[in-house]
Amino acid sequence: MSNPGKPVKQIHLAAHFPGVNNTTVWSDPAAGSHIEFASFKHFAQTAERAKFDFVFLAEGLRLREQGGKIYDLDVVGRPDTFTVLAALAAVTERIGLTGTINSTFNEPYEVARQFASLDHLSDGRAAWNVVTSWDAFTGENFRRGGYLAEGDRYERASTFLRTAWELFDSWDGYEIPADKESGVFLSDPKAGSFEHRDRHFDIAGRFNVPRSPQGRPVIFQAGDSDAGREFAASAADAIFGRHSTLEPGQAFYSDVKRRLAKYGRAREDLLILPAATFVLGDTDAEAQELAHEVRRAQVSGQGAIKFLEQLWNRDLSAYDPDGPLPEVDPDVSGDAISKGRAADRLYRDRLAVANEWREEAAAKKLSIRELMIEKTARQSFIGSPETIATQIDELVQADAADGFILVPHITPGGLDVFADQVVPILQERGRFRTDYQGTTLRDHLGLSAPRSGRSCVASGATAAAGAVS
Amino acid sequence: MSSASDSPLHLAVALDGAGWHPAAWREPEARPGELFRARYWAGLVAEAEQGLLDFVTIEDALGVQSADFADVDDRVDQVRGRLDAVLTAARVAPVTERIGIVPTAVTTHTEPFHLSKAIATLDYAATGRAGVRVQISLKPYEYALFGRRTAQRLRLADINSEQVQARIAEHFDEAADYVEVLRRLWDSWEDDAEIRDAATGRFIDRAKVHHIDFEGEWFDVRGPSITPRPPQGQPVVAALGHATVPYRLIARAADVGFVTPHDRDEARAIVEEIRAEQENACRTEETLHVFGDLVVFLDDTAQAAAERRARLDDLAGEPFTSDAHIFTGTASELADQLADWRHAGLTGYRLRPAAIPHDLEQITRRLVPELQARGLFRTAYESTTLRGHLGLSRPANRYAARPALAAV
Repeated sequence: MSNPGKPVKQIHLAAHFPGVNNTTVWSDPAAGSHIEFASFKHFAQTAERAKFDFVFLAEGLRLREQGGKIYDLDVVGRPDTFTVLAALAAVTERIGLTGTINSTFNEPYEVARQFASLDHLSDGRAAWNVVTSWDAFTGENFRRGGYLAEGDRYERASTFLRTAWELFDSWDGYEIPADKESGVFLSDPKAGSFEHRDRHFDIAGRFNVPRSPQGRPVIFQAGDSDAGREFAASAADAIFGRHSTLEPGQAFYSDVKRRLAKYGRAREDLLILPAATFVLGDTDAEAQELAHEVRRAQVSGQGAIKFLEQLWNRDLSAYDPDGPLPEVDPDVSGDAISKGRAADRLYRDRLAVANEWREEAAAKKLSIRELMIEKTARQSFIGSPETIATQIDELVQADAADGFILVPHITPGGLDVFADQVVPILQERGRFRTDYQGTTLRDHLGLSAPRSGRSCVASGATAAAGAVS
Repeated sequence: MSSASDSPLHLAVALDGAGWHPAAWREPEARPGELFRARYWAGLVAEAEQGLLDFVTIEDALGVQSADFADVDDRVDQVRGRLDAVLTAARVAPVTERIGIVPTAVTTHTEPFHLSKAIATLDYAATGRAGVRVQISLKPYEYALFGRRTAQRLRLADINSEQVQARIAEHFDEAADYVEVLRRLWDSWEDDAEIRDAATGRFIDRAKVHHIDFEGEWFDVRGPSITPRPPQGQPVVAALGHATVPYRLIARAADVGFVTPHDRDEARAIVEEIRAEQENACRTEETLHVFGDLVVFLDDTAQAAAERRARLDDLAGEPFTSDAHIFTGTASELADQLADWRHAGLTGYRLRPAAIPHDLEQITRRLVPELQARGLFRTAYESTTLRGHLGLSRPANRYAARPALAAV
């Protein structure tokens, strides 16, 4: 499907530590701890053995609730993102360390300090997936609370990143001769000076972490909205995307890459890396069978009812998951019964979505549970190692993506089989590295180093003020 | 409560840059070009672990170092810049096995929810060896880095003024609330909350995961933590104090207090004050360590130590001063003093090496054998956790319906 005149693209691969949603099958006998450091070590070392670009950790700041109770059917709880990444730096050597850090419940100075420190401690492997959310529910855990109007949130988030860049760039990287003989530790008495004053941040002083190996962490962005795409085009190095199939992937890819020129950026300056799940089998048929079992494990009967409740916004515990969808309409009057999920905000028009689902269930003769499997648990790649390697390569060569962030459904060993069986095929075909060529995450991603110092203070982010989702 | 006279001493080192003397980075063995490298810190903590020390602390501050108390100076002859201490601790945790790791964290401008899960996670990464030393930020130039509070200018000369003392007291009250939130969040999951019950489809027993509903003057925190109860149950909390207000924080909230007596009588007075506050806080049944902080210049002869200190002072262009007592002499002489001061009620010491690696190695390779020979220090680690090293049991969970079983 690729254009014969087009150069062959190298694939980027990364691994997302299984999260606190139903993708993760905790009931599998092989499933281990989501909290113990040994699980993270296993996962990251597998990804590094496979020469992946990076591992990815999500963040949670409040346990999810539904109907006023902590949601207990999925994996619950996770460790602190920064702390795990810094510890992983000790047990890996090359692989990139990417973490989601919410800009809402922090200040730019502390986040910049933590990322600059992580980049030093990992010798240049840090990356920041910048997200923002302002729900009062999560805000109840923080002194900052959740208090901004929606329009202001985007502006604050964009300003937050721009301000962090000013802090990263407040050191040039040449200020520490540390010359014992002359007694000059610092060549610039004002090293790290910054001043940022706007309506969100009024801060000044000296940043106390010298310039880190990558200058700045690699920036990821995960939003899908128009504003989010614009923000990514202006300021991000990579997008943690959602579209892992051909046509939607190509549409997203071309749309985002087209926006780069406006910011004076080249197509290769921003990588599109959708999240993708996989089920491997010895044969395609075996993989299909296994995938079906995994989907059943991911969506139990009671889990299906809970998913449906998230859209219906009412108690549906009396319904049979193996029966038809409720005739009662969603409750559009009240506050959402589900709290702390990204999906809560997706159901803008509950009634319309409910009607679509009813029609689909009726047309395909699906029970509640079967429909919920369709809606929440379709795997991206299913097949033999050969099949999956081919699928991935074709999607990358067809510009539906630059690579994938793989999300295994078993912690921590779910990646092992991919590393052992799929990666060697991609390597044999010359599509994936057989060893790391560089030492930093920027090297792995083929990104140029940011220009050093104050001369390049974040012009891109300025242009995109007001655009994060 | 440990009786100071007959139980062995506890020993920690305080790691900061190239050492506590401002010219330490110019020593021949110093590696100032490596201060921002992980291997530097991993090496120091490994050295401390070789010496069987209870724990290391890692200094931190939000702002750049300054010789001027109230303002950022523009000196270029001293170490400037540092890495985040919690992340440095996390980076060294997997490459050490027994030693406790206690980073400094600032309570004045930061979020207790974030720090609580960070220290819980450090405790997982270190399999039960984490602690945190809490510190306030009083300096206006550090306020300006966060921009959330404003403060009047401050001069060291005014430190005892009513206004400045009130501000100090407020920050320590906030720190006490902060530690309360840390501790509640650490307990917000009972140890057996994760059940993975395939029969009912439930991953947790939500009756064992608790909101903490803290409401205070500076912050409200609903909870529960995002991170399950850490291996130690409660990681160790430490604080440094020089006066009644911080002594009260130590007595109310900490497991280990660091104090700075300059002689044995002062040590006794401080310990008595803290013990009285401990009683006021109804904590007499709990173990609270009081460690003496000392800056140490150690050499094979007292003369060599004095000469080295003088040489460093020459390089610095001024005599070294410290909030803590400065000891200059041999490891054997220091052992004498440590043995003597413990009769004032100190249960251990946090030693601040004047120069790294020299004084750190003097501690681990000279002082420790000296104390061991006197029966005052362990000859092997007898526990795998920091609480264990300090003789602290694994505490029951405050939210558990009945006392939790101690063993895990």
